[in-house]
Parts: sequence; structure tokens; C-alpha cells
Amino acid sequence: MSAIVFEEVTKSYPCYQRALRGLKGSLLHLPSILSGFKKDRFLALDQVSFTIRAGESLGIVGANGSGKSTALAIIAGVLRPQLGRVLVRGRIGPLLELGAGFHPELSGRQNILLNGVLLGLSRKEVQAKEAEIIAFSEIEPFLDQPLRTFSTGMIARLGFSVAVHVDPEILLIDETLSVGDFNFQEKCRRKIAEFKRRGTTIVMVSHALQEVQDLCDRVLWLHRGRLVAQGEPSEILHRYQAASGPRA
Amino acid sequence: MTNLRRRWEYFRDLILVLTQKEIAVRYQSTWFGYLWSLAHPLAFALLYSIVFGVFMRVQIPHYALFLIAGLFPWQWLANSLTISSRVFLGNAALLKKVAFPRHALVVSMVLNDCFHFLISIPVVLIFLLYYGFAPSWAWLWGVPALCLLEALTAYGIALFIASLNLFFRDLERLVVLGTTALFFLTPIAFSESMIPGRYRTALLYLNPVSPLIVLWRELFLHGRLSLPLLAAGCFYAAAAWLAGTVVYGKLQWKFAEVV
Repeated sequence: MSAIVFEEVTKSYPCYQRALRGLKGSLLHLPSILSGFKKDRFLALDQVSFTIRAGESLGIVGANGSGKSTALAIIAGVLRPQLGRVLVRGRIGPLLELGAGFHPELSGRQNILLNGVLLGLSRKEVQAKEAEIIAFSEIEPFLDQPLRTFSTGMIARLGFSVAVHVDPEILLIDETLSVGDFNFQEKCRRKIAEFKRRGTTIVMVSHALQEVQDLCDRVLWLHRGRLVAQGEPSEILHRYQAASGPRA
Repeated sequence: MTNLRRRWEYFRDLILVLTQKEIAVRYQSTWFGYLWSLAHPLAFALLYSIVFGVFMRVQIPHYALFLIAGLFPWQWLANSLTISSRVFLGNAALLKKVAFPRHALVVSMVLNDCFHFLISIPVVLIFLLYYGFAPSWAWLWGVPALCLLEALTAYGIALFIASLNLFFRDLERLVVLGTTALFFLTPIAFSESMIPGRYRTALLYLNPVSPLIVLWRELFLHGRLSLPLLAAGCFYAAAAWLAGTVVYGKLQWKFAEVV
């Protein structure tokens, strides 16, 4: 069964820097903006089609601005494509950027509840998993202190711990594996490998090609919004590296 | 059916946790959180009663009480409107990654201000007793009813501003200006009977927040609700809710692009 299907998905962004010049600017240049919305668009995804089977681990690679994060945002349901069809089956678990959705004035414990609920759990579900989340984060002694007193690494640990305990059916990873110290990174890798063994679908966007190689069953290569190739990781990554090439 | 119920229960949990967070943050970070939050409207009440009551000799009996009965509900509205332009902007990282119902952020902000208003009602009561009045039984149903009206009004306008401000960033400056203008165009520091006849109806019924504020003051001071004002208040609450919901519904799919 397929967990995610993209059919001819196209997503373009208007060039907002024009529209965002402010209210006065917008009013003064209203006609040019309205026509500009139609003309100056940046194609982030151009008729991209792919399917991800349930339980598969897929890596997406490509240069900056190739549409990787846009694809991820469409899967997460925060963006809608202009054209094409998207089908996503299963609870999504995004690994957030460092501390997104955390509040600095609240304690670590309060932030677990806040973040868990924002990620889609009910209060009861968060409470049931609290002990596990705390144990995984290994920062129990500081948990009742306000988050602003935490180090960056501790915040990352807490964020990662909540995210992996949401029990996602589809795990989205956007360059977030490099959190915490070496030990914690290893722990994160083991956790993700465990997800994979249990049959969680994983979509990973990364520039760390070795990580993609180790984790993924299949790789998509995007370039300027178009799907260049997809297939077996070692082959695609090899071609991608050759194309990006060490020019220096 | 069960799916709908689960979604509703989740939404309720989300609102609850977000509101608790807002309240915790508001009262945790300062020692005298509650007192500080009362100090603001009370300081203004003092200032206005000196400027308008003593210097300009506004002829309203028990002027301090009159002011407070209008200022406290106004403060709720003004707070919600002023903060609203930052609600979505301030949660950019979250909006880009997680597909939770975003209007929950606005709901919890309004509920936080509502909570704060409710716990400041005892101050109104103290002033009332000081001037020799008594609270009325009508408060029992009047306070919840007006809270609902004000929550809807504040939510609608706040959602409207919060959504649009992502696209027109200098809207927030207009909001600050607009809130100040609205304060002077609403019968808070003056009574509706002081407005010259030909402007009175306009100021009472064309200003979307006038009915609400006058209703609160009448309820606090005299324990009564005027039916025409109640009808106008309901109309503006529904209109604000509708405007906010429509704009939010149209724009929410672009939030992650522009935030």
C-alpha cells in the first residue's frame, strides 16, 4: 500500500518581495502586483510525481532551492499544491527545527505538554508518554526549570524526544539529525532505525549523503523543481555527486 | 462520527493547553503578575478621572466607577487587537512545519484576555460597593452572555488582522493607530448622552464596539441590558466572526509561504 502519492504536483510561489513592500506600496502598485502574481512566479515543484510505499524510507536530495522542503511541507499538510494530486495516508510526525513551538518562560515539563499537543497528541496521550519522553531526553534534573535556562543541546534533546514519541506513521526529517552531542546523535540514529524496523514510513531531506545512503531504501533527486531521477540510493547519490561535482 | 468527535476533543485539548500556556506565561514571569495586570487599566482610570473629571469637569456622577466599568472590558478588546498582528508572525517556525489548526492560536489569545478580564471583575465590584451600589442578579446571565459576545467580536477582528498582517506587514501600525482612534470614538470616558444628537446614533450603532462597551457598563452599573444595543452587539459579533473566518479560510494555505 502506498503511504504518499504525488501526481503531477506543481507548486509555485509568487515573488512576495514585491507584495510585501507594505500596505502603501501595495496600494500604489496594485495593478502591477496583481499582474505580477500571475507572471513572476518561482516554480518550486514542476509536475513532480512519485509514490512512497508504506514502510519505505525515502531520501530527497538536491541543491538549495530545488524544492525539497516544499515537497516536505506539502506532505506535512502546511502547503497546498496549485496543480496535481497529493495523497497522504497516516499520522504525520515532523521533526521540528530547534525548539519550534517551545516557550522560553515555561518549564521543560510544561513544554513537553505544549509541544506534544501541537504535534497532534491529546493531553491524555502526552501524559501517558511523559515518563518515556523524559527518560529519552536524559535531562530530568532540569525539567522544572524554565526553558530559557536550557542549553541549545538540551532544547534539541527535548524537542527530538517529544517528536519521536508522537508515534508517527510517517516521519518527516528535515536536516534535523545533527542535534545534541555525539552520544545523543547516536541515540537519535538508533531511534530512527527502530522506527524503520517497525514499519514507519520515513521521508528525509538531507545534505548529509552518507546518512541518506545508510537509512534510505530509495532516493529522489530534485533539481530546480523537477524530478531528475529516482531509484536505488547508491546509484542516484553517485550520479547526484557527479553532477554537483567538486568543481574546486 | 467518532472521527469528528476525536477531532473535536483534540481541538478542545489544543485550546486548553495553549490558553493555559498563555496564562502561565502572563502570571509567571513577574512576581506580582495579577497586580501588574490590574495596574494598567487602573492607572488609566486614575489618569482619565483627573483629566476629564477634574480638569474638564465631565458631569457624570461617580465618574471613577463609570470609567472602570467601561475600561476593563475595553482593555480586553484592545489587548486582543494589539497582540493579534503578532500571533501568526511570532509562531513562524511552527506554521511552516506543523499542520495544526492555526486559528487555535487566536482563540487561546482571546481566552487569555477573557480570563484576565474575569479576574478583574472583583475590582469593579469593590468600586461599586464603595460608591454604595450593589451587584445585580442580572450579572449571573449578563456576564456570560456579554463575554460570549466580546469573545466572538475580539476573535473575529483578531483573526482578520492576524491573517492579513502576514501579507501586509505594516498593518500592525494601523492597528495601533486604529485602536487608539476607536478608544476615543467609543463611549468609555464619556457617556452616550453627552454626544450631540445627530452624531449619537452613528457613534452608538456604526462603531462596531460601542454597543458592547455600553452594554457592559449598563450591566455593571444598573444591572440591565438594552435590547437594541444587544441586537447591535450580536450583529457586530457575528459580522466580525464571519469576516475573520472568511479571510483566514482564504489565506491560511499561504501562511507557510509568507511567514
